[in-house]
Parts: sequence; C-alpha cells; structure tokens
Amino acid sequence: MANTKEVRNQIASIKGTQKITSAMELVAASKMKKTQDGMLEGRPYSEKIKDVIAHIATSSSEYSHPFYEERTPKKACFIVVSSDKGLCGGLNINLFKNVIAKSAELNEQGIESCFALIGLKSAAFFKTIGGEVVAKAAKLGDKPNPDDLIGLTKVVLDLHKNGDIDQAYLCSNAFVNTMTQQPTVEQLIPLPAIEQDSLASTHWDYIYEPEAKELLEGLLTRYIESLIYQAVVENNACEQAAKMIAMKNATDNAGDLIKELELLYNNVRQAAITQELSEIVGGASAV
Amino acid sequence: MSNIKISIVSSSEEIYSGEATMVFATGSLGELGIAPGHTPLLTGLAPGPVRVQNGSEEETFFCSGGFVEVQPNAVTILSDTAERADSLDESEALKAKEAAEQSLADQQSTIDYTKAAAQLAEAVARLKTIQKLRKNI
Repeated sequence: MANTKEVRNQIASIKGTQKITSAMELVAASKMKKTQDGMLEGRPYSEKIKDVIAHIATSSSEYSHPFYEERTPKKACFIVVSSDKGLCGGLNINLFKNVIAKSAELNEQGIESCFALIGLKSAAFFKTIGGEVVAKAAKLGDKPNPDDLIGLTKVVLDLHKNGDIDQAYLCSNAFVNTMTQQPTVEQLIPLPAIEQDSLASTHWDYIYEPEAKELLEGLLTRYIESLIYQAVVENNACEQAAKMIAMKNATDNAGDLIKELELLYNNVRQAAITQELSEIVGGASAV
Repeated sequence: MSNIKISIVSSSEEIYSGEATMVFATGSLGELGIAPGHTPLLTGLAPGPVRVQNGSEEETFFCSGGFVEVQPNAVTILSDTAERADSLDESEALKAKEAAEQSLADQQSTIDYTKAAAQLAEAVARLKTIQKLRKNI
C-alpha cells in the first residue's frame, strides 16, 4: 500500500500541472480571438485578387501563363503549413498524415516529392522522416507578416519556372469552427480554373500596361503569395483553437486524476489509523 | 453613371471601400485618372499616393506598389502594403530612406541591389505623399 506522503506529493504535482494547463487554455482562448480576426482581415485581399484573376481568365487574352499549363508531372512540391509550437492536440500530425498519404499516392504514379516547410513542427517532422526540403520559413509569430513568406514562395515558383517541379500543393489546416479543423491538401499549380461570372459572355480584354506577360506574372505570383499567406493565418487560428481544446481536456483530466488520488489518499490514511488503533488495542490487551 | 466603386486592399487588411467620382493613382507607366466608365485596364502601381475623390471630399492613401484593375464600374487596388496617409510617420520614412541609402553605399555587403533601389523609391514616395498632404493643410 502506498504511503500517505507519496500520494500527497503526487496530488501536489498534478495540481501544479493543472494550473499550467488552465493558464495555457486561457492564453490560447484570448489569442484565438486575435488570430481569427487576422484571418478575417486578410480575406478582402484574397477575394479581390481572386476576382481579378477570374476576370483575366474570362478576358480574351492571347497570353497564357505557365501556371495554368498542365505538364506531364514528374515532381511535385508540397508547401506544408504547420505551427511553431506543440501542445495543440493532433493538429499537425493529422496534417502530416494527409501530406504523406498524398505524397505516397503520387509516388505510386512515379511522381517524386519535395517539400517547402512553414513552421518549426513541420521542419522537425521532416527532419526525422527525411524527404527533400527545398525551403523553410519559421517563427512567423501570431501575426505573420506577408513579407516573410515571399522568399519561400519565390523558391517554389522558381523551381516551377525552371521545370524542376510540375505541380505544387498547399497543405494546411482549414478552420471550420473552434472544435473542428480540417487538414487539407490543395493543388496550387497548375492553378485550378476559377468559376466564371457574368463577364464571360462578352468578348473583351484588358488594356495591359506595360505587357500582359509581365503583369500576369506579377499578379499570379501575388495571388499565390496571398493563398499561402491566407493558409498561414488560417493555420494560426486553427493552432490556437486546437491548443485551447487540448489544454481544456488536459485541465479536466488533471481534475479527474486529483479526485481519484484524493480518494486513494483518504483510504490510505484511514487504513493507517485503523492499523495504529488495532496495534494499540493489541498492545493494551497483551499487558 | 457618375460613381465608381473603389476598393483598396492589402494582403493583411481592407484599407478602403466605397464610392468615388474620380480616382487618381500612380501607375507603373505614369499618372492615372480614372473616371466612371473607364475601359478595362490592368496595370502595375508605382509607390505613391492614391487619391479618392467623392464629390468635394477627397481622401489620400499611400500605396507602396501593387496592381490596379479597372472595370467600367469598379476599381480594385491590390496594394502590397498600404496605410492611411495621415498616419504616415515622416521620420520613419526618412529612416527607411537612410537605411536604404546606406545599403546602397555599403559596397562590401552582399545586398540585393535591385531590392535596395526599390526600397529607396518607396521611401521617396512616402515622403512625397507627406509633403503633398502638408501643403493641403
């Protein structure tokens, strides 16, 4: 039978842990609000640029950009968006599972994979499992700066331009609601066609200043940057939500453990008292 | 049709959205004045002020580059980073200019010169916007 001191120590240590997890839960809850706002703030830009890209697709432009071109795929690049910190439940792992599944599927078709990693967790993960890593970005913080992602995006786009990769996928968690985060793997290049609106019915084209090629190049790069940025801020919101849930569960579990241990503690104490009493009684009758 | 819809957005926020009678911006090939009914146009945006005129009211924004899409009834400005011109800090702009100039002068370090030149152009444009605003006050 465990002695009372041992049990008491254990209770104290679990109580300490519970305090930490409940504090982390509160921190995550307050950050979640901010990251969700960040996610919403970025939306107008991505919607507007999507509109413009859709308009370009419906215009009768003679120039067709390589991002739309379907090549026979030989190699694909996965842009994996993960969190910097752990303690957020299965958020990152679920995403990595999807990435690996997709990569394995492509591998069966004879398509190689390489990876561009955002966030420390993905860097650590791919370090252990291997895989060709072409670019990394980490420690973007709770309010990521779009400029920090330009380098990584450029690496991937340059690889595509040089013909080293033929496809690119964006892997991140989509924010469904606070309880649910959906790991997604979306095709980035070739760009999937955007739904066309009413403008498509008439024949028209933009005046391009300067050249269509130069402009579309810049605009599509911006578009892909905005998609990646949006994925990063959304993943941030997911991280905080997942962390809040994970920490809430941890706090609840610690509470249950403490209850059980307190019961055990009382049992042990009771047993010790009973034993002492019976010893005294035994001793008295022997005299 | 006397009004045109204007929205100015940057990747991290929506800066302005509303109606205008006339929009002035600095395109990559020169100044643009956009009135309602403009032909569809797609052009780069040079660092500089964007002025939105609605009747007698006028608002000025600073855009440090980006793209302008013009449809007959709507203007969309996709700015790289844009902020309210009023909130611009002149000393900040000067500092940025100095920093950019320094990186141009410092031949030893391995700096991307095209980037430095772009930074310079941006800092100068910021200053220009502030000076313009000052004159109007």
